[in-house]
Amino acid sequence: MAELTAAPGFQPRLGACPACDAAPLAQRLAERAEAALPQNLILSLPDAHCALCISQVETALLAHPGVRSARVNLTLRRVTVDAPGLQASDLIPLLARAGHVAHELDPDALSSTAADRAGRDLLMRIGVAGFAMMNVMILSVAVWSGAEAATRDLFHWISGAIALPTVAFAGRPFFASAWTSLKARQLGMDVPISLALILASAISVSETAQSGHHAYFDAAVMLCFFLLVGRYLDHRTRAIAKSAAAELTALEVPRATLISDVVERTVPVADLRPGDVIRVRPGGRVPADGIIVDGTSEIDRALLTGETLPVAAAPGLALSAGEVNLTGPLVLRVTAAGRDSSLSRLTALVEAAENARGRYTSLADRAARAYSPAVHLLALSSFAGWLWASGDLRLALNIAAAVLIITCPCALGLAVPAVATSASGRLFRRGLLIKDGTALERLAEVDTVVFDKTGTLTLGQPRLLDPAAIPAELRGVARALADGSSHPLSRALAEGLADTAPATLQDLREQPGRGVTARWLGLRVSLGRADWLDVPRDDAPTLSSWLAVEGRPALRLDFADRLRPGAEDCVARLLADDRRVILLSGDRAAPVAALARQLGVQEWRAGVSPVEKADAVAALSDAGHKVLMVGDGLNDTAALARAHASISPASALDAARVASDMVLTGQDLTPVAEALVIARQATRRIRQNFAISIGYNVVAVPIALLGLATPLIAALAMSISSITVTLNALRLGGRAR
Amino acid sequence: MEILAILIPVSLGLGGAGLVAFLWALRNRQFEDPKGDGQRILSEQWDDKPRPKD
Repeated sequence: MAELTAAPGFQPRLGACPACDAAPLAQRLAERAEAALPQNLILSLPDAHCALCISQVETALLAHPGVRSARVNLTLRRVTVDAPGLQASDLIPLLARAGHVAHELDPDALSSTAADRAGRDLLMRIGVAGFAMMNVMILSVAVWSGAEAATRDLFHWISGAIALPTVAFAGRPFFASAWTSLKARQLGMDVPISLALILASAISVSETAQSGHHAYFDAAVMLCFFLLVGRYLDHRTRAIAKSAAAELTALEVPRATLISDVVERTVPVADLRPGDVIRVRPGGRVPADGIIVDGTSEIDRALLTGETLPVAAAPGLALSAGEVNLTGPLVLRVTAAGRDSSLSRLTALVEAAENARGRYTSLADRAARAYSPAVHLLALSSFAGWLWASGDLRLALNIAAAVLIITCPCALGLAVPAVATSASGRLFRRGLLIKDGTALERLAEVDTVVFDKTGTLTLGQPRLLDPAAIPAELRGVARALADGSSHPLSRALAEGLADTAPATLQDLREQPGRGVTARWLGLRVSLGRADWLDVPRDDAPTLSSWLAVEGRPALRLDFADRLRPGAEDCVARLLADDRRVILLSGDRAAPVAALARQLGVQEWRAGVSPVEKADAVAALSDAGHKVLMVGDGLNDTAALARAHASISPASALDAARVASDMVLTGQDLTPVAEALVIARQATRRIRQNFAISIGYNVVAVPIALLGLATPLIAALAMSISSITVTLNALRLGGRAR
Repeated sequence: MEILAILIPVSLGLGGAGLVAFLWALRNRQFEDPKGDGQRILSEQWDDKPRPKD
């Protein structure tokens, strides 16, 4: 039992209805038993969108021997496959043949069940409160229409019999949170809510017992219902963001190939120990810090340093986790793994910076801070005033309760979650995922945008600058040589010469870390690094590769990093909106300057170290600017955490995505500019919503203070203000789709 | 007014039935994949005979 009550999201408590507690408890036990069964495979289906996709995917999977069941969840765009003994790599080609892209997801990283449970718990409370509200309302209509004496009392008693258990059950999240904040000696939004709920119920019971005219059972239940809806919206926004973020993490199933005395086997990265020998295949990411023991290759350090030029790798060179091996297989002796690796060491830096940002108070908190004392003071003074004026304790208590109910922050509780739900829903459809609750508000204040270069404004994928620079007769040779290697420059060359038919070559060989060589019509032809081809190396500002044909001078092929789609548009829109745009890159000056010129960015700095980036952002913040940092690499991580708000693309390193508030799910950069606009709109809507609910209070509170408030007026004020606020928030999601 | 003695329990019972149905749906994970369930109805795959239980 102790173990059960310690389950996340399930605090020990006294049950109003034991069966309500027992049933989910039993279900939870059953779920746990299910989870202990052999692991299901989970595949992400980013393109699934229709009924046809569901049946295609399920049919394709079920046709495979060994697949016991397959179920597509279209809402989450995932398929869960029960196939004992099969690997994801067996199933992905099946789906590819059926025309569907699939990625393996790490089931351990997708432990969103706790959030699911909390969501279902809230939904159940909403259902109970909604049921009670409908029934109490029907009875109240009879009372409002003039039911008299015994009938009225009967209706009040029945209402009470429905409302009291409902308030006790449905109001529990508010009572629990109010108790927590009281213990911390603070007045949150939940303290006046709980007080209003308890006072309204108690006054109504005593009024009913004395066969009084007014009972506020309907108000108490309605309050529960509207506030729970607000709470649920809030929860759902967060849960969706969390599960999508978890999916991004789960996409990288961290594995390494361990070479032991006997065989090679695939192990989780977490199991690596210093001294282990691992193999890193070409194109793979280095899983742990280590020293190369065997093999030559080239290493892409762009994610760590922002440097676009690959570095030659040979035995003895130290590699850091997160770097990408480009050409040849490497054997690595691990020097530091997991928590000790250089990737994780940066976390300390990030945490320190995040603490600095944690001090941001959201609009809702600021409103609650001003609101709670005001409401308590108002109710108390109306109680004291009426007690002094009339000497009637019952009347004074009644009026104080009416004031509390009327001022109760129904609309206020919906004001922020409703806007956040529609704004983040709209941004999500555009390809931007909000991870942090206050990110939207912080984003709205941004006046300076700092971009990283490699991987953020550019894709980190080279592109052949000028195919026409290669003599026509050599293009086929270049194409054929490029086809022989998986090096990024070779692939870019092959893509740039896609129209040319490859020439026929003999003896094609790739020398890892150097280049490709072959024979063409009896001549030796090579494509590769300048130092390998004995070409005097010049300080070319661009990425380059050399094409050498026996008997001719070597030819330089220039490449440039490919611009991320939407980058020009995004920067242009930001500049048009009068925002300061700065480019900070760890790369060399020439490519940074070229990019800045292309995008029209005036302020740029090259060769910036990670610490300098963070310092630059801090300096801007100290100067009073609100900085949005957009970056993807390890070298941006500290700056991302330091900035007022931060965005990273989905291709970013895990550490960078963790440090940022928002993640771009697509390749396009345009949503960044849109997000700033939407964030401003959303903040404006939140303020409008506050104004609306305060407006209602300004009208209704004097009525309550004068003792003229009836349960009918309370019910009207509450529902109309809640609905207006929700509709106002929905305007944001509906327009300009 | 005796009709109240019948109608009030009836209205409460009907409302209660709705609540029970909602809680049942919640327990049976009917809200796990709203989009997929809406699309599955369009598929002709199990129109002739129901899907066999596994």
